[in-house]
Amino acid sequence: MDTARPTAVALDDATVAFRLANARVYTAVEKARLAVAHGEFVAIVGPTGCGKSTLLNVAAGLLKPAAGAVRIFDQPLTGLNRDAGYLFQADALFPWKTAIDNVAIGLEIKGTPRAKALEQAQAWLTSVGLGAFANRYPHMLSGGQRKRVGLAQVLIRDPKILLMDEPFGPLDAQTRQVMGNLLLELWTADRKAVLFVTHDLEEAIALADRVVIMSAGPSSRIIGDWRVELPRPRDIFEVRLDKQFHELHREIWGVLKEEVMKGYAQSSQAAGAE
Amino acid sequence: MSRAALLLCQVLVAVVALALWQVFTTVPLFGRILLPPFFFSNPIDVFDQIVKWFSTGVIWKHLAITLWESILAFVIGSSLGVLVGFWFARQPRVAAVFDPYVKMTNALPRVVLAPIFALWFGLGIWSKVALGVTLVFFIVFFNVYQGVKEVSSTVLDNGRMLGMSERQLMRHVYWPSALSWMFSSLHTSVGFAVVGAVVGEYLGAAAGLGYLIQQAEGVFDVAGVFAGMFVLSAFVILIDMAVTLVERRLLVWRPTVRAL
Repeated sequence: MDTARPTAVALDDATVAFRLANARVYTAVEKARLAVAHGEFVAIVGPTGCGKSTLLNVAAGLLKPAAGAVRIFDQPLTGLNRDAGYLFQADALFPWKTAIDNVAIGLEIKGTPRAKALEQAQAWLTSVGLGAFANRYPHMLSGGQRKRVGLAQVLIRDPKILLMDEPFGPLDAQTRQVMGNLLLELWTADRKAVLFVTHDLEEAIALADRVVIMSAGPSSRIIGDWRVELPRPRDIFEVRLDKQFHELHREIWGVLKEEVMKGYAQSSQAAGAE
Repeated sequence: MSRAALLLCQVLVAVVALALWQVFTTVPLFGRILLPPFFFSNPIDVFDQIVKWFSTGVIWKHLAITLWESILAFVIGSSLGVLVGFWFARQPRVAAVFDPYVKMTNALPRVVLAPIFALWFGLGIWSKVALGVTLVFFIVFFNVYQGVKEVSSTVLDNGRMLGMSERQLMRHVYWPSALSWMFSSLHTSVGFAVVGAVVGEYLGAAAGLGYLIQQAEGVFDVAGVFAGMFVLSAFVILIDMAVTLVERRLLVWRPTVRAL
């Protein structure tokens, strides 16, 4: 790893546990050790319910680890992670604000004068391809358009770290690819540290510098870490045709497949027990 | 059905109903009049009464009083409902302590409060406003309480991650959510404000639509009672139309309201 670059996010044996209603403790993630360098794009892949999103919430400061520590730029994280922008899986836009107000709000709450905030918000909307949709409310936009607004909302604050929780999960296959290319294009402009959670291995390899695999939950662990050496700039449509892509995919899938099966077996058992 | 045909059918219903009313109360069928005019009056007399009220101008004073009472009841009741609803939703402990009393008060039929309000606030408009307030308050209160409680946790987390302080969350997340719930109950709460005013007038007043109806009833003037009812219906429909206009303006962001 490039030692000259500072570490943006570091999880030091972070364990996350929840107290259940029946007073038992459910360990979601056990001793996760992960470092994301500044400017590095890391994708986390794992079977459903393995605690990928939990790990992201820990990095965001929305959840506190039961044991272990989180460091952001070598400072221990207390409270919310102020250096991070978070793109949620579910719709997180403010439904009562227009697209432009949704984007401008991140600046307005920092005290930027409204006129200036709106001007920058319009520029951001244009760069995510929604320049003409500034005055639409979220319900008047398609799922993909809402994700674009969400991306602009997060990026306008210029966070040093970008946390993304299956951001393109609900979108159809074509829109996901378009969004993936848009994300890479924006990311290339000023490389932020990115932690990108997905269940789609192909998407992970196409986007990231590193792919991290988690085992099936409960008590899931990080069980693999692969470097993706595909050249940049990449095009998500074309990178999938690359020979290297296929080899890496086969290699990682060999490990992931087993976990997916385990996760599937567990979830169907749990459903049967109910 | 086309718009014109629908309108025609709607008008037809009114015409048939009025015609039947007129016939049954004035023309003997099978040797007797089916609806005794003393109890049922007839459409022409009722219409005459309404025309007389408007041509002499006596009705305006009563309409203005009822409207004013309704507006005051709505404004005061909603403001209290928003404030208390917000307060309870943000302070679960306070809400828990007051919960049985809120339920108890809400369970009380509000009409029984009218005599006590008449004693406390006199026979002027304020006893009617108070009655309307007790009706409007609970509707707005429950809606705002629900609205603040049910803010999507993702939207809240998003606000926090965007750097909002508690005060900014209040202003940009809780407040709009609570208001949207209040506006969604606007028709009901405005309707109840009018109910409070009219019932209050009916039970003891010197002016207003309820008073007009009660006076007519007191002298067995059935035409006057019906005339009062028709004017009241028209009054409520007009207010409801105004509310619809306001609602369209305020809830443009809602998927269910087609405003554009």
